[in-house]
Amino acid sequence: MSRAKAKKSNVDDYLRMYRQMARIRAFEDNANQLYLSAKMPGLTHMYSGEEAVAVGICEALRVTDKITSTHRGHGHCVAKGAEFKEMFCELLGKEEGYCRGKGGSMHIADQSNGNLGANAIVGGSMGIATGSAFTAKLLGKDDVTVCFFGDGATAQGLWYEVMNMAALWKLPVIYACENNGYSEYTRTDEIAAGSIVARAEAFGIESHQVDGQDVLAVNALTEKLVARARKGEGPFFVELKTYRYHGHHVGDINRDYYRSKDEEKDWKENRDPIIRFRSWLVEQGIANEAEIDAMNAEIADDAKAAVDYALAAKYPDSTEVDMHVYTDVKHALARGDAR
Amino acid sequence: MREITLSQAVNEALAEEMRRDETVFIIGEDVAEAGTPFKVLSGLVEEFGTARVVDTPIAEPGFMGIAVGAAMTGTRPVVDLMFGDFIYLIMDQLCNQAAKTHYMSGGKLSVPLVLRTNLGATRRSAAQHSQSLHALVAHIPGLKVALPSSAYEAKGLMKTAIRDDNPVVIFEDKLMYQDKAPVPEEEYLIPFGEANVLREGSDITLIGTSSMVQVCQKAAEILGSEGISAEVIDPRTIVPLDEETLLASARKTSRVIVVDEGHQSFGVTGEIASRINEKAFYHLDAPVLRMGAMDVPVPFSPALEDITVPTPESVVENARRLVHGEMIHAA
Ligand SMILES: Cc1ncc(C[n+]2csc(CCOP(=O)(O)OP(=O)(O)O)c2C)c(N)n1
Ligand SMILES: [Mg+2]
Repeated sequence: MSRAKAKKSNVDDYLRMYRQMARIRAFEDNANQLYLSAKMPGLTHMYSGEEAVAVGICEALRVTDKITSTHRGHGHCVAKGAEFKEMFCELLGKEEGYCRGKGGSMHIADQSNGNLGANAIVGGSMGIATGSAFTAKLLGKDDVTVCFFGDGATAQGLWYEVMNMAALWKLPVIYACENNGYSEYTRTDEIAAGSIVARAEAFGIESHQVDGQDVLAVNALTEKLVARARKGEGPFFVELKTYRYHGHHVGDINRDYYRSKDEEKDWKENRDPIIRFRSWLVEQGIANEAEIDAMNAEIADDAKAAVDYALAAKYPDSTEVDMHVYTDVKHALARGDAR
Repeated sequence: MREITLSQAVNEALAEEMRRDETVFIIGEDVAEAGTPFKVLSGLVEEFGTARVVDTPIAEPGFMGIAVGAAMTGTRPVVDLMFGDFIYLIMDQLCNQAAKTHYMSGGKLSVPLVLRTNLGATRRSAAQHSQSLHALVAHIPGLKVALPSSAYEAKGLMKTAIRDDNPVVIFEDKLMYQDKAPVPEEEYLIPFGEANVLREGSDITLIGTSSMVQVCQKAAEILGSEGISAEVIDPRTIVPLDEETLLASARKTSRVIVVDEGHQSFGVTGEIASRINEKAFYHLDAPVLRMGAMDVPVPFSPALEDITVPTPESVVENARRLVHGEMIHAA
């Protein structure tokens, strides 16, 4: 799918935004089922509820623009253009996964679409994103990098170091803080002093806050910032207010002690980014209910087919275990090692 | 004797020490109400309050640094580092600050803190949540390193660590949190630098650390059924290391395999093997064999992950070859 942008008056763009959000939701519903039915190794973090953030931003990017992602990374990956099949294969540790099964959910990377990878170290990609922007500047490209991270990650010192340099050197990077109100089992206001936005502003970085449940608002803002970052007017900071529907990870089921059911219900029923955008599409006469239902059904079929494919796909051969340790050594281990 | 899980054992050790000494406090991410993702600390905040069970932002170098400073000025922090893999984030505070302060101050200052964290692969957690990094810190003079191999050790070593005036790093095996073992109701401490001989034998010595103690035990059972008598030893702390017990066993059996879940190269297995070579060389009938984790980042795919760590079968295989004299000129 090309990321080349037409005007937003173009109906196709709206429909694609809807489709991408619905694809993320479908992906996550299936991933959750895989976990619950014990078919997925390890655990994973669901992006459900935050779809408008990834889609609103990535729809403003070209395929050559870069993103860095987080432990909650499936949404970014889909939004930046990844395919279900390779993603589910990766989640199940299969050879045909984006990372040949070596990375899994927390390390999905999709180089062909500019996704430099999810990261299991909170804040771990802040340097990488800034370095990617450094490359663009050094090589005279107009690529922009978006660094996704959570509210919890704003506690990492690395962020302040790289913001300082990004601001000094006017790097084309957009720091996108997905503020879902929680880091693990703790409310953000208990672990973040003062204002997060003011922290970026302290470095002279132009900062914005936007409703992360409103895909059009996110997209409109990002379009503007990306265009300016391409011209060397970056970096920028955006705080997107959003919500995760599931627990911190799929196993975090009894969570009343830190988050009320009423609060969850309110976000799901009154601020769901997909429901909101769907009614807008219908209101504007861009699509009718039947067309949207048909799109949803098609996405559900795609997801199911990809899951079935991945479940049946083969694991990497055991000889792959010591491949890719070094770029220039096919198999890193001298044979004959005792093990 | 009653049996409790490793997780309960750690919890009890902390609770007992916090009752005994009001300068002991816990600091880390989601340690209070959540009791950590592994639920090891559940209930402690209810008893000791949020002043002594302190939730932090996700700022590892920051809270580690605060703990170092607090330890230097009259408290005994227990720092909770959620995954051993995050030790890279706090290396400066741990290795440049905590480890060296006593020495650099000519013995005037000390840093009585405990860093409790974990190790262990095969949990399908991929390369940044599965590492066993104890060799990194064992390399740094000034740090003590404990590797509990059961609930019993976890409790006794934790209590000793908290009372120690040096920085101590304890790595728990995250796969063992729910494993039960007999743990006395009465108070006990396990001194550092005292290895535990779990099983006596005469043909070969299996030295295992942490998660690998179970692996060695199982291997010894299999070997026993084949008529090979294996001795199993758990050093319990690698700094300090109980050389005497390890050497005595090596001299007795004349063959040794060292099994540890850290990467094999430049690691714990190499260190122990070379001490045995240096000090028991003329008693050996075969080279001391190292068995560590494969020298690759831990892969996510179960098909790959399981072959990166030593197993009872692979230990048995190597033990047979050593005992049958097939490895005299090996490696
Ligand atoms: C350096 C580091 N510390 C701690 C963790 C454990 N951890 C994983 S996710 C998480 C919370 C992250 O919160 P936030 O950044 O708000 O992202 P969210 O999960 O809400 O999307 C924590 C503490 C980690 N992976 N890396
Ligand atoms: Mg968050």
